Amino acid sequence: MATDHFPIEAGHIMLFARSIGDANPIYHDADAATGTEPGHVIPPPTFVQASAQFTDGYSLRPEIGEPWFGSGKEPTGVKRESSGGGGGTGFHAEQHYEYHAPIQPGDVLKAVDKPGNSWSREGRRGGTLQFNESITEYYNQDGVLVVTARSVGVQTSRVVE
Amino acid sequence: MPLSKANLSVGDQHSEQVVDNLTRTQIIQYAGASGDYNPLHTDEIFTTQVAGYPTVFAHGMLSMGLTGKMLTNYVGDGRLTNYGVRFVSQVWPGDSLTATATVEDIREQDGVSLVDLSVSTVNQDGTEVVKGTATARIDD
Repeated sequence: MATDHFPIEAGHIMLFARSIGDANPIYHDADAATGTEPGHVIPPPTFVQASAQFTDGYSLRPEIGEPWFGSGKEPTGVKRESSGGGGGTGFHAEQHYEYHAPIQPGDVLKAVDKPGNSWSREGRRGGTLQFNESITEYYNQDGVLVVTARSVGVQTSRVVE
Repeated sequence: MPLSKANLSVGDQHSEQVVDNLTRTQIIQYAGASGDYNPLHTDEIFTTQVAGYPTVFAHGMLSMGLTGKMLTNYVGDGRLTNYGVRFVSQVWPGDSLTATATVEDIREQDGVSLVDLSVSTVNQDGTEVVKGTATARIDD
């Protein structure tokens, strides 16, 4: 999720809040937000995940002019390179946030990735499970650490039943 | 309104239905806003014919976001200091989710009053989909 430029924009916060079904005015109404404790529009607690929009080469966003693994004429636009995949899939297993300082529209965050741990175990439903942790620190334009995110991904060796 | 120490007890619970009959369109809204366009969440043909699942399913982060709505409604805006979850089960179109926070501890750290919460979100069958913890600043 590393990016040097994650602009915090009011419209983006509004769209994100709608997508999680949250009608709280603090996410879309600057006037109403002045009467709240923070005193300004803030993003919902999971919003920094949307820094993916500003991450170069993010693998889950179609790249202009490049083949995409979702369907078009065919069920997938990318043939599997290996026939030994067995239908395994990558999933998000855990997500943790620490909130250090407020964020508001107009801020420009910088996201820095830090190495995390890796481990594996036998799962009940998806075969061997490979876990990979990644840590992302979000700093604002003043160099203040605002959010620390810790994400754990899991790769299954077969389709989860 | 923020929570206050005087009115809180260990074991207190707050529960909300955070989505009723989740639609594929809402999952698409989340993909568009978050930037996670993995076709497993939005592309029925890819998901059934290539990935081998019965239908598309929600981003884990959508269920965490929905659960977070319950939390911020409970503890107040800008009050969370920590929020973390494990994605326990998949969330499918048509699911209705209920999120619950339970007060586990009320404590003080560096002169700030905090509440520790356990968090659990279940679907319409009572199956847990998200399990986690959160901590929030509270008033004295």
